[in-house]
Amino acid sequence: MSWMRLKNSDNEVNIDEIPSIDYHEFYQNVVEMLAVENFHIADYFGYTTNNGLKLIAIILDDLNAEVLIASHLYHYYCEDSIISITAKCEALHPFERDITERYGIVFKDNPWNKPLRFLPNRFDKSLIIENYPFYQISGETLHEVNVGPIHAGIIEPGAFRFTCNGEKVLHLEVALGYQHRGVEEAMCSTNSSLRQNIIAESIAGDSAVSNAFAFTTIIEKLTINKNNISPQLNIQRVIAQELERVAMHIADTGALCGDIGYQLGQVACEALRTVTINTTQAWCGNRFGKNLIRPWGSNFPLNREIVSEIKNNMSDVLRRYDEVRQNIKNTPSVIARFEACGTVDRNIALHIGAVGVCAKASGVMRDIRKTHPYAEYKNIDHKPIVKTYGDVMSRLTIRCREVIQSIEYVLDLIAKVKFDDTITPPIYNTKLKPNTLAFSFVEGWRGEIAHTAITDENGSICCYKVKDPSIHNWLALSLAVRDEGISDFPICNKSFSLSYCGHDL
Amino acid sequence: MLISKLKVIKSHGKQFIPNLHKVTLTQRFRGRPIIADSVDTETIENLVNLCPMEAISREPLAIDLGKCLFCGECQFQYPNTIQFSNDYRIAASKRQDLIVTAQNKDVIEFDHQYVQKYITKYFGRSLKLRQVCAGGDNSCEMELNASMNVNFDFSRYGIEFVASPRHADGIVITGPITNSMAAPLQMCYEAMAEPKIIIVVGTDAISGGVFANSKAINREFLNINRPDLWIPGNPVHPMSFIEGVLALLGKAKRDAKNE
Repeated sequence: MSWMRLKNSDNEVNIDEIPSIDYHEFYQNVVEMLAVENFHIADYFGYTTNNGLKLIAIILDDLNAEVLIASHLYHYYCEDSIISITAKCEALHPFERDITERYGIVFKDNPWNKPLRFLPNRFDKSLIIENYPFYQISGETLHEVNVGPIHAGIIEPGAFRFTCNGEKVLHLEVALGYQHRGVEEAMCSTNSSLRQNIIAESIAGDSAVSNAFAFTTIIEKLTINKNNISPQLNIQRVIAQELERVAMHIADTGALCGDIGYQLGQVACEALRTVTINTTQAWCGNRFGKNLIRPWGSNFPLNREIVSEIKNNMSDVLRRYDEVRQNIKNTPSVIARFEACGTVDRNIALHIGAVGVCAKASGVMRDIRKTHPYAEYKNIDHKPIVKTYGDVMSRLTIRCREVIQSIEYVLDLIAKVKFDDTITPPIYNTKLKPNTLAFSFVEGWRGEIAHTAITDENGSICCYKVKDPSIHNWLALSLAVRDEGISDFPICNKSFSLSYCGHDL
Repeated sequence: MLISKLKVIKSHGKQFIPNLHKVTLTQRFRGRPIIADSVDTETIENLVNLCPMEAISREPLAIDLGKCLFCGECQFQYPNTIQFSNDYRIAASKRQDLIVTAQNKDVIEFDHQYVQKYITKYFGRSLKLRQVCAGGDNSCEMELNASMNVNFDFSRYGIEFVASPRHADGIVITGPITNSMAAPLQMCYEAMAEPKIIIVVGTDAISGGVFANSKAINREFLNINRPDLWIPGNPVHPMSFIEGVLALLGKAKRDAKNE
């Protein structure tokens, strides 16, 4: 197999060095690899060149900590249709749909050839979001329930169509695209890494730190005259990312409790989340950690005062959250709602290429911090928390235990902060290597976030691809609610806690 | 089971902020910027070129909070010219009041004259809001949720978010308004009974923010309707939201002293 093998922390590659193989081989390789458990698709996208459209696939090998990359050049005047890989590996459906939507290349025998985001520059403008082709089942006992695009709470928009048999959900289809703002296009429309950094932070505001982390890593890889990243900076970024994970997992614990009317758990978690994000705010002035992660340096070095605040607050959150966690485990009426509800079994999780909390709850260990470690994670012996039942309770338990684990990491790392090492201010106007591809994988609180950038002959970013873990996991939600009562949909949805704007970009 | 509950209750204690008018945020929070007097033209040029959001303008040197994403880069590179204070009282009834100059040393005045007269009369004691996220990145949305949480407890003023536009007195918009959300937003607004108010929350909603030039957004709604309150932020801090809405209802008076 002629695929290029790299590591997550490896440097950039010249775009011409990426092996270009014919589609038959490309297809065979992808299908063969993805049939094996330790491989999963990280990203697959089109990139326009002078000769045609280059399809680039990035596959992660979790066992050998390798990133496999290869491409296929699709000529504009190519008459042969290319066969859909989705038909064999469901995990590729969002990527093939995206390529079809953007460039009009139809994959032969694609079982789910529907628009993904309704981009303004989509190939077929006759498709409009109001007429999304929902899958329909007819029958005398069946009825449809439409939810959205505007939902009841303060939450992002998306259209959900349920086909129900009585109270039971037979099928759910989620139509997204309402949040499409043009993130990838905006990234390429500027040469200022400061502006790009700010765009990266708004890919998903709840994962601002993780996305900024992935972005800065890419810029640092692409820069021609590389500086050294101080180990202290790496430690600080990882602390920021773990604080984000703690805050969001606590928020989701609270939201799940709220959805079943268990108010004690809800309010206790609301208060704990406030403490956590106020800690981030004390550090960088923003409760979501926006503006904290910058290329090559930081405007917010950790000083003694902030370090002791992080230490005190996190120790307090650790103790109080542990009490909430024990209480959830000891309350039968809570467990009765969460257990054996919204189950995704292991095979399904593997088939759809689930990542993050969703995969780990179904017994599939997908955690970039362990399998493809980056930055300070290389020095942490991370033990991913894996459950096997794949139900709402498993996903909640993983969040609960990850909060405890992440706080422990933060407390360990905070002890390593050296106050005398000065952290330099960020640098925004570095020159980037021309005709180069760089990628970066980080483990956000939802799961694996993948960023890929390609520069043109002048060293400007001409293609920027973002993959939010939600891209894979939305399908898991649809499958999880099958045969559940429709009234259990809110807790199923909350247990995945997926991103709309991260999906729509 | 009971013991574990009592433990949680004991540790939780009382969490609500007793007086929402007396909240001071952490020093590093970036709220109202303070701009120095008499800045030389070279510095002004540099600042205008530095700002990634084109929020800084010359003659006089001013920051448009409706475009600013509070990254603070101007403060870090020119600390003698611009300093962001922790004053979260940055909401305004007029769009142009968001443009801060050297004159706003102590406070951004809230123009009560510009507020529609019926707002205090009808909504002063009960205001039900319907939130529509139109391309928001989920940070403003989470902060709006947080303003109702156990700490801020904004509903103590009779202000709540409701599920149906039929029950709402006003709409709260977040996000730059994507093409696909333009029609649902308009429909939601039309479904509300008169009189109704519009609150625009977050820098990306006010100006489009970082997506202002994107082809994927459609800001027609804000051109044809008159917003009553503009609240800048990236995301908007719950205190900025709370103070802004109270100011709109005539329940919060801004003066320079409570820093």
